[in-house]
Amino acid sequence: MLVASFTLSAATGVFALSFGVLAVGAGASVLQACVLSLATFTGASQMSAMSVVAAGGGLGAALGGSLLLAARNGVYGLVLAPRFGGRLPLRLVAAQFVIDETTAMMTAQRDRRLGSIAFWSTAIALFTCWNLGTLIGALIGGAIDPQRWGLDVAFTAAFVAMLAPHLATRQGRRAAFFGAAICLALVPFAPVGLPVLAAGAAIFTGLSTPPAEPAA
Amino acid sequence: MSWWLVAWLSLGAYAFKVLGFVVVGSRKLPELVTRCLLLIPAALLAALVVKDAATTGQQLVLDERMLGLGVAAVAAWRRVPLIAVVVLAAGTTALLRAATG
Repeated sequence: MLVASFTLSAATGVFALSFGVLAVGAGASVLQACVLSLATFTGASQMSAMSVVAAGGGLGAALGGSLLLAARNGVYGLVLAPRFGGRLPLRLVAAQFVIDETTAMMTAQRDRRLGSIAFWSTAIALFTCWNLGTLIGALIGGAIDPQRWGLDVAFTAAFVAMLAPHLATRQGRRAAFFGAAICLALVPFAPVGLPVLAAGAAIFTGLSTPPAEPAA
Repeated sequence: MSWWLVAWLSLGAYAFKVLGFVVVGSRKLPELVTRCLLLIPAALLAALVVKDAATTGQQLVLDERMLGLGVAAVAAWRRVPLIAVVVLAAGTTALLRAATG
């Protein structure tokens, strides 16, 4: 388990590196990139904000899509809360670390105590790697041309990798399909950033009764 | 880039984390609501992917990025680790640009 959380964190470090490079490329200062990683600490949201900023989108457009993405951490919180003891101050600190990776690691443990160890070890290792990676990336960001190294595609490739597990269910595939379709249809007319936000409407495909999953 | 973006994004992201984890906590939400909320990543990530792959500003464009992402898609489908997916996609795009540019 500890090995798993450290490998995960090392991978995250490299990913953070490309976040740092791209954030600076998008027009953020080194300090801004670092504060984003420290305080926001949720990768997909940070990157979607930077990709809107890089494309010339405004504050509202950059915030909208990112915050909608950040809303999923609220859902993870619902999943983790019943497994999590502790007093209010501790829970307020722990909340900052409720993200994709910690949720995956904690829910993989059956035992409550092991679950808690998984949560905190992942949280600490990940937080360290994510912020160190961002700092290093932001520092070298000014020195290299992201286009030339294909780094502008790194964001998107990471999104592809994050999307893959969601396509395992029919509901997920349907939401992804409609999300992509709404976005592409709106791009030529809507202001930058809005198409991605509007794609959020695809979650209402979840209102229909889930079809029975064929046993795989 | 504006500091407002940094501030609002950080505040907003933390607010969502606290809302689910501390405020709602162990109380149950209607199943229908949870089901829709769980689809957020699928819908938004798919939108982000097509936006970054096929558009520049308000134009629909097909270029080297698409091939790089095709490689990423295959790699992700083959369950290659995240770093490798990113490196493969960036590498393919960079090579194509070097070859064509």
